Amino acid sequence: MSQDKAQAQQQTTGHVWDDDLQEFNNPLPTWWLWTFYLSIIFAVVYWFFYPSWPVGKGFLTGTGTITYKNDKGVEKTTHWSTRALLMKDLQDARESQKKYLDKVAALPFDQLKTDPEAFGFVASAGGVLFKDNCAPCHQSGGAGKMAFAPNLTDDDWIYGGTYEKIQETITNGRHGIMPPKGGADLNDGEIDSLANYVLSLSGEPSDAAKAKAGDELFHGKGVCFSCHGPDAKGNKDIGSANLTDKIWLWANVPAAGTAEKKVEAVKAVITSGLNKGVMPSMKERLSAQQIKLLTSYVHDTLGGGSK
Amino acid sequence: MIKHEQIETNLGLMLVLTLLAISIGGLVEIVPLFFIKDTVEKVEGVRPYTALEQRGRDIYIREGCFLCHSQMIRPFRDEQMRYGHYSLAAESQYDHPFQWGSKRTGPDLARVGKKYSNEWHVQHLMAPRSMVPESVMPNYPWLMTPLDTSDVADRMAALRITGVPYSVDQAELDKNTKEFGAEVAKQLHIPDAQKNLVAQAQAGNYDGNPNDVTEMDALVAYLQVLGTMVDFSKYDNDRFVQYR
Repeated sequence: MSQDKAQAQQQTTGHVWDDDLQEFNNPLPTWWLWTFYLSIIFAVVYWFFYPSWPVGKGFLTGTGTITYKNDKGVEKTTHWSTRALLMKDLQDARESQKKYLDKVAALPFDQLKTDPEAFGFVASAGGVLFKDNCAPCHQSGGAGKMAFAPNLTDDDWIYGGTYEKIQETITNGRHGIMPPKGGADLNDGEIDSLANYVLSLSGEPSDAAKAKAGDELFHGKGVCFSCHGPDAKGNKDIGSANLTDKIWLWANVPAAGTAEKKVEAVKAVITSGLNKGVMPSMKERLSAQQIKLLTSYVHDTLGGGSK
Repeated sequence: MIKHEQIETNLGLMLVLTLLAISIGGLVEIVPLFFIKDTVEKVEGVRPYTALEQRGRDIYIREGCFLCHSQMIRPFRDEQMRYGHYSLAAESQYDHPFQWGSKRTGPDLARVGKKYSNEWHVQHLMAPRSMVPESVMPNYPWLMTPLDTSDVADRMAALRITGVPYSVDQAELDKNTKEFGAEVAKQLHIPDAQKNLVAQAQAGNYDGNPNDVTEMDALVAYLQVLGTMVDFSKYDNDRFVQYR
């Protein structure tokens, strides 16, 4: 049988274009038709259980319900919705983590560290919180960022490294301020002397004569001692830096290749002062429980000390 | 009775009928939301953007931030844990157009406000990889250029037509004072828009330079207000279930 003959036997829509161009009118495949009918039946069943059609100023809520307890422990039953489903999910999460969360809430920090189960939870849950909330500034390993955010893995703490101080820092945030000394307060030569003195404190190369003059300015006209202390070791209550160690945050001394560049880096900070170093308060974003987890994580897993 | 053949051979008619057929699905889903009374939740604190924030929002749209960042936290556990409370319809009631988005190459920004410091935003917008080494976000160094503030009143007037309650006269100002409080109402007054914008930029010092008003000031001011208007600590965590 030739192809032409076979086509001639099949039904067409009756449309003819360009003399002989026709369109078959074959029935749809059975499997396709039945899938179509079944999907219509599925939709009707779905309307019955789930919120579907709008009616007046509301909508049909369906017969499906969700029962959940909210964060106050009040049990509620409502029609199905993604928001109610979320409440159920959060309740399930609270219940599955309850064992650990209760322990974290009950134990003081130093015991939390020695309890393997609780500390495992701190390391994982605290780690997630750290990555999301702290790592953008302090970087993913907590090593900080020069001229931006302090290193959390060493023993040097600007505002104190005890559990209580770390908790306070996370809860309320911090804002470092150092008044500018350039312009009216000190002239360029004096700032140069001060910079040499500051560098000499931590054993960096400096000009001895200038450092001696800087010593006098530090404890006199510059009033630096009022915040950094007469011994220049800083004051953790107000977050003034210890200038006698080799740890730098705002003046990038370690990266400055030459003695001149180190002086320049310190001079820049003394001249313009600091009105940055803002750490946002986390108390509106995180619960007290989450802040406790983070505190324990920062203190005991990043290698931060207790000084 | 129109015959099949008549439709198929008449392009204009087919176009009209096709449009009619495919718009039914959209209309059935969208139109009822305008009539269902609980679509926009009743919640305190949501206000229109100030002049500076609004200019920041315009820059957000100009730079195409929405192509990679959504502003819609969905009611799922993972999103709630990472980003905070799911977004409410009420929170974008003054957004024209809204920035919900559907593509997240970067993180959702619906509650990015107050999460980072201003310095972080400035540094991150200038050179994202200096803050987040694995970031694929482009650099936006040109944001440190002066902001054109001359047309801010016109921009707010345009939004007023869409229903944002910016005020043009004393009566509207009084109405806003009643609804949003005196402080906010002043910021929504179109005749003072330029003055308010400059004042907010200088007081807020978003870009680290109090003297200039830059595009950076506006954008950071906008980012810092995102998702912060509603104080969720005032409500039980299931307060907004009743609206769905």
